[in-house]
Amino acid sequence: MSGKTELVQNVIGRKVPVQVNGNPQIPFKGLGQHLPNGRKAAPPVRSASSYPSDGDKRVTDIRTALEKCGLKSGMTISSHHHFRNGDFIALETLQTAGKIGVKDLLWFPSASFPCQAPVVDLMEQGVVHHIEGSMNGPLGDYCSRGKMKGLGVLRSHGGRWQAIQDGEVHINIAVIAAPTADPFGNCDGSHGPSACGSLGFALADSIYADHVIVVTDNLVPFPCVPWQIQGNNVDYVVEVEQVGDPSQIVSGTTEITRSPERLRIAQFVATLLRDAGIMKNGFSFQAGAGGIALAFVGFLKEMMRQNGVKARFVRGGSTSYLVDLLNEGLTDYILDGQTFDLAGVAGIGSNPRHLATSPFTSYNHHGKGNFASMVDAVVLGATEVDVNFNANVVTHSDGRLLHGIGGWQNCLHSRCTILAIPSFRDRIPVIVDQVTTLTGPGELIDVIATERGIAVNPRRSDLLDALQGSKLPIRPIREIKAEVERFCGGAPRKPDLTQDPVAVIKWVDGTVLDTVFQVKDRAV
Amino acid sequence: MARGAGQAGNDDTRSDCMVRIAPVEDGGLDLHLESKVGLYYGDSIRKQTIDTLKAAGVKHARVEVRDQGALPFAIEARLEAAARLAGYTEGRPDLPAAAALPSPSERNRLRRSRLFIPGNDPKIRSGAGLPGADGVILDLEDSVHSGAKDAARLLVRNALYCIEFGASERMVRVNPEPLAVIDLEAVLPARPDLILIPKVEKAAQVVRIDAAINRILGTTGEHRPVWLMPILETGKGIENAFEIARASERIAALTIGLEDYTADLGVVKTREGAETLWARSRLVNAAAAAGIQAIDSVYGDVDDEEGLRAWGERSRALGFQGMGCVHPRQVPVVHDTYSPTEQEVDRALQIVQAYEEAEKKGLAVVSLGSKMIDPPVVERARRLVEQARKAGRIREGES
Repeated sequence: MSGKTELVQNVIGRKVPVQVNGNPQIPFKGLGQHLPNGRKAAPPVRSASSYPSDGDKRVTDIRTALEKCGLKSGMTISSHHHFRNGDFIALETLQTAGKIGVKDLLWFPSASFPCQAPVVDLMEQGVVHHIEGSMNGPLGDYCSRGKMKGLGVLRSHGGRWQAIQDGEVHINIAVIAAPTADPFGNCDGSHGPSACGSLGFALADSIYADHVIVVTDNLVPFPCVPWQIQGNNVDYVVEVEQVGDPSQIVSGTTEITRSPERLRIAQFVATLLRDAGIMKNGFSFQAGAGGIALAFVGFLKEMMRQNGVKARFVRGGSTSYLVDLLNEGLTDYILDGQTFDLAGVAGIGSNPRHLATSPFTSYNHHGKGNFASMVDAVVLGATEVDVNFNANVVTHSDGRLLHGIGGWQNCLHSRCTILAIPSFRDRIPVIVDQVTTLTGPGELIDVIATERGIAVNPRRSDLLDALQGSKLPIRPIREIKAEVERFCGGAPRKPDLTQDPVAVIKWVDGTVLDTVFQVKDRAV
Repeated sequence: MARGAGQAGNDDTRSDCMVRIAPVEDGGLDLHLESKVGLYYGDSIRKQTIDTLKAAGVKHARVEVRDQGALPFAIEARLEAAARLAGYTEGRPDLPAAAALPSPSERNRLRRSRLFIPGNDPKIRSGAGLPGADGVILDLEDSVHSGAKDAARLLVRNALYCIEFGASERMVRVNPEPLAVIDLEAVLPARPDLILIPKVEKAAQVVRIDAAINRILGTTGEHRPVWLMPILETGKGIENAFEIARASERIAALTIGLEDYTADLGVVKTREGAETLWARSRLVNAAAAAGIQAIDSVYGDVDDEEGLRAWGERSRALGFQGMGCVHPRQVPVVHDTYSPTEQEVDRALQIVQAYEEAEKKGLAVVSLGSKMIDPPVVERARRLVEQARKAGRIREGES
């Protein structure tokens, strides 16, 4: 990132830039304080008479589709992560754009994965100017070192929808990889040889982008049923050999943990739900991917069985663990935002009570309400937390970008937000005085569960009251921190950061919550 | 002693730290440090390395440290072990901040569960007390490769000094003689509560260990009790169970090692354990005769909770007061099976109450309902109430 950026302090004391990639920014004002008015962004006016009356929108390849969409330098191209680390289309689209000869594209993925590491080369060549979306692995490293030409912008899944509706991001061309589609552009993720589950992340793009390209490896005659993306929003359909490798949907984080400490945390969290009276007939919960969250589902399931309790709905990231819960009648519904394993994919395709949702239903700040705030309890992870219950999920303590925000910020709005995390990783304590990068304000984080004890946010005296008489080790957060620092040999040294921003963290309302600064490389 | 290169720890194991020390003629310390957590603790590891080597008497050497995020107690153990193996045997330890020493352990304390921790694995040590086992065994014997005994000894010593194990009794399983004495010399200053002696066949073995403990504790001036738990693992050991049980005032319990015992007999260890029934009963009887606890072996199949529970229930019915755990998730099951049931506690409380009332009234015969109660029944009820109280199965206010 070149040139100096003016920084101001936002309401929780974080220094944030007043401009990002040439656009003026609003610093975070506090929870629920930023309520813009006016009208939402809208797609350009189109007329059916401009489209083939036989509904056949097929073109030969991605290159032709991009050219027909009028691809130019400086445009914004969006893609989606339904295939997680098995996506073939996003990278191919950007590489094709490079071959066409355009420059300075803004890539707007719903999330990026290590399979897209070659985008680094495209940034080096000037094809891609910068990325607005989660960055991890080599892309996160590239951005953290300040090599990206523009500032990275990290948003939650809900925040991505908000940014589109606010006109903060204007998508020129959306490219949607679809496991099944018809020539009209109706498409869906639940069926086909590359079935991946929900296509919810692409929904906003299909509605608001100037042009929409659907790429599929399973073209069926009209109509594609069911359809999650409506062909009425689609400009072109491209048939390819394979859109993605669904076996790569499963990442390391969707396997249950075997570590005794992590199993202990999972058991604590399930017990907390039971003892606090959250686990009762008709309740709801969400547990994402990650070893602890999955083990938690296992423990909770046993407690639900023992107590004869049934949930009304669970929210996914679905996995085989949630699918089992549905099949055993322990929940009425799975409301699924994305599928984390193939059992989830199969469930969404076959069980009418396993529903594909989208960031609009679940997370969008500009919706008239959303599902996330209706969930009784959510179990999430974090890379760091601080003594005021603030949490970091995007950088490690070394200041480098390592994870996207995903739905994490949106899920904090649940009635009871629980961060389930080991008290230290390797030798590095997870509880610190102040998080390196603020991703979630402590006001929304109710419980931090570690293997050494459970810290309940003092703001939640109701929860503390409900837990009176529980045998859980409820402890002050500072006490757990001191214990860990004792055997880790003191607090870890803070990373050396420059004053040069490399990315910003948006809050769900579009204001700037924090800044990721460039790391200084230092010899060990 | 002649000096040569010394090495300790593994550099491909998470939370461990590999140290290699190659002595040179002069030029001071040539330190090569790589650490996974170097950004956060690099300065601290460098300082610890220099201080520890100084204390160990290493002045001129090429020192290689490859750290995978080891805790300071483990780093010290690896540095000290490498220094000793390089021939620097006259130095002293430079221990990180010590944990508070828990109160001494009682001879008859609750010993339902004892959780095995491999002595040379630095990873799980900091969480070993968390499952709340009645005891943790830091093992120097079978879980430690013969080439790693020196390093493991120091790691176990440092863990005893630096790590809090909560309410768990801190036990160490030493090696058979002659290594046992070297083990004891290393770990006793760190004040473990109990020593498990493996492969005991004769009382004389225990007597020698007891004498070694006296000698070592004599030099530290330490009067905290150190209990002994001999492990009988052969036919001969079982035959001599009673003599062994009486061999030292320090003996708090006898236990059995079924893997070795069945190997000695040439029989297959089964899920039900009928082949070891006699040996285990013999051990229980010997322990009762000597007034000490009888502790059962382990149940090796971690995934078979049902089998563990059935084993534990049969074992308690035979007269054992506890057993070993090879995984933390066995601990709650074992606690459950070795604790008196609610019904048993209620019945025992009634008996004790009936006895006390009869005594008050000066009655010679105690009866509960229509049944007459003999004195041994009262005594058993008292012991059960006592055990239930220790296990937290009786709320305050109940008599």
